[in-house]
Amino acid sequence: MVLDISKSINKVDNFEKITGTAKYIDDIKPEGCLYAKTLRATISRGRIVSRKYPDMPEGYAIVDYQDISGQNIVKIIFDDMPVFVEETVNYFGEPILLVVGEDKATIMSLMHQISIQYETEEPVYDYVDSKIHKSYIKGQGEAVFDKAYKIIEHTYETGYQEHVYIEPQGVIALYEPDKISLIGSIQCPYYVKNALMSVLDCNEDEVRVEQATTGGAFGGKEEFPSLIACQVVVAAKKMKKPIKLIYGREEDMAYTTKRHPAKIKIEAAISKEHEILGLRTHVGLDGGAYIGLSGVVLLRAMIAATGAYTIDNLCVSGDVYITNTVPTGAFRGFGAPQMIFAVEMMIHHIAKELKEDAYKLRMKYLAKTGDVTSTSGHFIEPIIMENMIQKAMLMSDYEAKIKKYSHDNMNKGIGMSWFLHGCGFTGSGEQVHIKAIVRLKKDESNRVHILVASTDMGQGIKTTFRKLVAHKLNIPMEQVIFENPDTDKVPDSGPTVASRTMMIVGGLLAKAADQLKQQWKDQEEVMVEERYKQPEHIRWDDETLQGDAYPAYSWGINVVEVEVDPVTFEVTLLGVWSVYDVGKAIDEQVILGQADGGLLQGISYGMLEVMKNKDGRIQQKTVTDYIIPTAKDTVFMETELMDNPYALGPYGAKGAGELTLIGGAPAVALAIENAIGKHVTQIPVVPEYIMELMKNG
Amino acid sequence: MVEVRFELNGETVITKDDPTKRLLDVIRTSFGLTGPKEGCGEGECGGCAVLIDHKIMNACITPLGNVHGKSVVTIEAFAKTQRGQTIRKAFETHGAVQCGICTPGMVIATESLLHANPHPTEAEIREGLSGNLCRCTGYNMIVKAILSLVEKEGSLW
Repeated sequence: MVLDISKSINKVDNFEKITGTAKYIDDIKPEGCLYAKTLRATISRGRIVSRKYPDMPEGYAIVDYQDISGQNIVKIIFDDMPVFVEETVNYFGEPILLVVGEDKATIMSLMHQISIQYETEEPVYDYVDSKIHKSYIKGQGEAVFDKAYKIIEHTYETGYQEHVYIEPQGVIALYEPDKISLIGSIQCPYYVKNALMSVLDCNEDEVRVEQATTGGAFGGKEEFPSLIACQVVVAAKKMKKPIKLIYGREEDMAYTTKRHPAKIKIEAAISKEHEILGLRTHVGLDGGAYIGLSGVVLLRAMIAATGAYTIDNLCVSGDVYITNTVPTGAFRGFGAPQMIFAVEMMIHHIAKELKEDAYKLRMKYLAKTGDVTSTSGHFIEPIIMENMIQKAMLMSDYEAKIKKYSHDNMNKGIGMSWFLHGCGFTGSGEQVHIKAIVRLKKDESNRVHILVASTDMGQGIKTTFRKLVAHKLNIPMEQVIFENPDTDKVPDSGPTVASRTMMIVGGLLAKAADQLKQQWKDQEEVMVEERYKQPEHIRWDDETLQGDAYPAYSWGINVVEVEVDPVTFEVTLLGVWSVYDVGKAIDEQVILGQADGGLLQGISYGMLEVMKNKDGRIQQKTVTDYIIPTAKDTVFMETELMDNPYALGPYGAKGAGELTLIGGAPAVALAIENAIGKHVTQIPVVPEYIMELMKNG
Repeated sequence: MVEVRFELNGETVITKDDPTKRLLDVIRTSFGLTGPKEGCGEGECGGCAVLIDHKIMNACITPLGNVHGKSVVTIEAFAKTQRGQTIRKAFETHGAVQCGICTPGMVIATESLLHANPHPTEAEIREGLSGNLCRCTGYNMIVKAILSLVEKEGSLW
């Protein structure tokens, strides 16, 4: 098998998905299964002072905090969120209890008979209560502001983004006397398992977690499922029966995690010669009622403070603010989309205010191989951005169009974003927290089983991992088996997040395959294992936030061309072009699929998707209110993948899943800015905002 | 008691389910056909699409009583037909599937579109898919799959 690994193949799960035979969580119904429904708090902040529960008919029960044998905390990176409200309510819709039983209508009528009395407190919705503060400097930090000739300052704001995976959240708990199992639409089986061990106060062999075929996730099934998984296992233990909890769309949109809204203030110290001496940046994230992953999201945002540019002096700080709103959490890009939007707008706004050519200014500061990163590490791997930029400009006819649209008043505009994304966990995450383990088992009939906890949620690793291992071992793909992960069978290779799956887990699998090749004994069982070891040259200090924040970076260019209706201010996409460096595509079509889908999510984050809360309540709770693009709202996208193999990635592969989203919002915002000739400082750039800019801005 | 009689995937069925029940629940629960998926429950996402008398309908907002005397085809049966297999192959070739939850509905939408208009333009294809939401693919690989059918397999429709 000497074929180029990038050559696309038919994905292994295509058949079952197209023919409707793939089993998603709601398609599974265990014998004797009971349904569960969540009763939620109806205040944003306060205390429960009394609860009145009705008499329950036989086979029905209320499951609340008193049924928890372990800790009433969802164990995740920052452990502050209860599984069920005990007394204190921190957001509207916070789960108080489950009603479980056989018949859904009976459950609903019992829900209506429950009465909860509250004592309310004044809720906080503003960015005032910081629970996490971080900062770092580069070079002389803010000292350069003293010698600045001019200081340019802008504040950028981004809104919520809802994942809208088409399959809502869902989990099933199965009961056996000495073991509880959880099947779910989840990204991270071991996150869930650790949370379950904590809530049940049990040993690791008393709980098992299995992923069901997952209908989309985008980060929304990273940490959130641990909450509902904890709730249903507590219910299963009480009822000694299987429990199924499936969210409806409205419940999913109103009460599950979303992308953090952000306020980012950037000040640039400018010299008399129009050099950018340094930046002072502050990012504030709305964490919602509980911290959860917000500290890690904040870090990724802060580290992206210079985007694809090298700026010598930086003073970067950030805060996670706690508000009495639904908790925000992981979403593809994880803090980077907010910051990359701000940085890309800022560099254009600096150019405008200095009356410099934006392209020339950007080129001057574009990061190059060997440059010092924002956190004073180094870009060790070759950066091929100049080449990529040339390619993107040629594909889109950028130069001619930007000139034309900047001068003619024709309601058209073009925008180009440059960006990077760190692959794998931030800082020492991989080495200290995750410590990934992978195994390959060859059975007696020479079939090779991939034993990792990575989940396929549509991004195609069921196919690409099998392809990778088959390629390495030079055996047919059919000889390689990769089932949905089950924690009783697979080691903890870490969560399926952070653009780490192919580069880190796939990298370990490639090494394991080399090992297996050496130890291959025909018709005998052989097991090999690999563990993650941080490359020697990677240094990181968690305290000072100094060093190499990521082992490698993927890079991208997005160009978006739009037309803005002069009367309604509606924005129509005219063209979309992209160039990406993901090292090496393990399957070209899989990466192009990520490119199409990720970028459309990014563009619509920038121009379409509005979600707001009013008095702590999410206002857009259906797909009628919260608009995501349809097939009519997009155009064919032209995408180029550049080969730039990363020495430590499998066949040179780096991360790809998140990269494709993060440049979309700034590219479309810049295009609209080009069309209307006004400063865009917030997303989404909806017609109402454009109208306001045209009138006042 | 009221009986609803209809044709489900080519066979006549009679059910005593309440005629006001959602067709989606009846086909998924009473008949065990889990190909149609519930994505939104309000007729917006197309995850639950089925063919009723050869036209795409959202089973989540169709009361069971409405299909009395009609023919209902779900993905399970349609996928086995020659057209179903042809659509499947085009979806496979063009990378039209990621998480797959919208895919059965997309296949049904493709059939409904091509049945009414065997030679749609790109704009007509986008219009034809606009009742089906997909959050993974950005739609373009699905549109390309259908365009390939228009070019090569037009005679099947």
